[in-house]
Amino acid sequence: MQKSALNVRKIRKDFPILKREVMGGKQLVYLDNAATTQKPLSVINAINNYYMNYNSNIHRAVHQLAEEATAAYEETRKKIVGFINAGSTDEIIFTRNTTEAINLVAYSWGRANIKRGDKIVITEIEHHSNIVPWQILTQEKAAKLEYVGVGDDGYLKIDEFAKYLDSKKVKLVSLSQMSNVLGTIVPVNEMIKMAHEKGIPVLIDGAQSVPHMPVDVQKLDCEFLAFSAHKMLGPTGVGVLYVKRDLLEKMPPFMGGGDMIKEVHKYETRYNDLPYKFEGGTPNIADVIGFGAAIDYLQNIGMDRVREHEIDITKYALDKISAVKGVTIYGPANATDRGGVISFNIGDIHPHDLATIMNDHGIAIRSGHHCAQVLMERLDVSATSRASFYIYNTKEEVDALISALAEARRLFRI
Amino acid sequence: MSDDIYREIILDHYRNPRNKGKIAGPDVSIHDSNPLCGDEIDIHMKIEGDKIKDIKFEGRGCAISQASASMLTEMVLNKQLTSVKDLTKDDILENIGLTNLGPARIKCALLSLKVLKLGMVKYYADRDPASAKKLQEDSRTL
Repeated sequence: MQKSALNVRKIRKDFPILKREVMGGKQLVYLDNAATTQKPLSVINAINNYYMNYNSNIHRAVHQLAEEATAAYEETRKKIVGFINAGSTDEIIFTRNTTEAINLVAYSWGRANIKRGDKIVITEIEHHSNIVPWQILTQEKAAKLEYVGVGDDGYLKIDEFAKYLDSKKVKLVSLSQMSNVLGTIVPVNEMIKMAHEKGIPVLIDGAQSVPHMPVDVQKLDCEFLAFSAHKMLGPTGVGVLYVKRDLLEKMPPFMGGGDMIKEVHKYETRYNDLPYKFEGGTPNIADVIGFGAAIDYLQNIGMDRVREHEIDITKYALDKISAVKGVTIYGPANATDRGGVISFNIGDIHPHDLATIMNDHGIAIRSGHHCAQVLMERLDVSATSRASFYIYNTKEEVDALISALAEARRLFRI
Repeated sequence: MSDDIYREIILDHYRNPRNKGKIAGPDVSIHDSNPLCGDEIDIHMKIEGDKIKDIKFEGRGCAISQASASMLTEMVLNKQLTSVKDLTKDDILENIGLTNLGPARIKCALLSLKVLKLGMVKYYADRDPASAKKLQEDSRTL
């Protein structure tokens, strides 16, 4: 067996949940990482330590606990700046998740900039969170949503994208950098350049890409980047929106309330400085602090090595799964063009039935439309099964999936 | 556990569904889906003198949802609505022989009963508002 660049055995020891048995004594095989990843002990401890030792609200009180909590919360913001190479902490806004980050752009930037007859360009591979906010906005503004198609090979039709950009009505492009179903890595570098040539800003949905590969916002030169902590070892309830400073300065606030203000009078308010202007209300302090520990963990490994490990395991899994009789795999055939996500179907076994059979073997996979019904319609399937990998997954776990597939074929007599 | 679920009879109804298709000029047609997994069922009925004279279903989804719908149509064909409207969750699970499904998969098994109840809500809406209301409440528990 080819040796992985990561010491996966050692990494696994940092994740208490991976020792768990399920379904009456089966070793857990967790292959649902595109939905959410497991958390290392360092993340769990960071959250625990906050509540045990310095729980306090931030940015207001002058007592010691508040100072410690504020420092820890802001420390995560600094770590994010380093992680995605942002220009400054002013450009990093904490949200609940990627969905809220995209909605923030739609409600704040979108409402101020999208007018009747304008167009927003997205693609057929988008997650519902990068479709529905734009549907709401375009319906409200009598604007139009355009979809760049995806080919049967799992790659976006870049020529279609180029054609859409010819229209002077296009005011925003919003793209997933990695499909949560097909795994396709989208050539956003090239697409951002194409949009910028026409003066069109670009939002990158990094929910799947940021956790799995190096992402540098200055190199990409995107205007917006959204991603979630819980898909990259961090806790649920924390998302990040990066916005280029010059745009952010012109954006109206998203949610009004505490912490986002400088002065409030009866009929007017002076808003707070960036990025606080966009963080109304007490934020998710504990989980932001936990996210800081997750970023440390990934930085220690190095995102290049995370990516290498995933190419390695995905290549192995693609070979093994495609050798199973009756299997259809969706998305690019080449592992270097996709993230560690493999969607497939087998014979006439519905994905929910397959997931139930997998669960009997202690294997957690996802089945369903993966919040990508537009793509499901395009693929002409009602659902797919999806195995998705992360730093702690092994080739032995892929082998376990393959044996369970054989069992499924036996049960369904195919 | 999967051996108990994917028995011959379930696979048979999944692959050779009974009463699948459309009806010309149905008295009631109704559609619903399970947002969790995307299973979809349409039920069409001809009702004469309070009796289900014909019933057909269309749908796509997992073996459990589709086999359950197929078996449900056999169960209620030519039955009086008065007896059909009181069908419970347990009646269905016993009928299909799946009494130990987990909470996620129970929804699959009960989707067709939910659609049938919603169909009867439509049918009773003007004829018998009290029954319609009761059926609507029932359907929410499925």
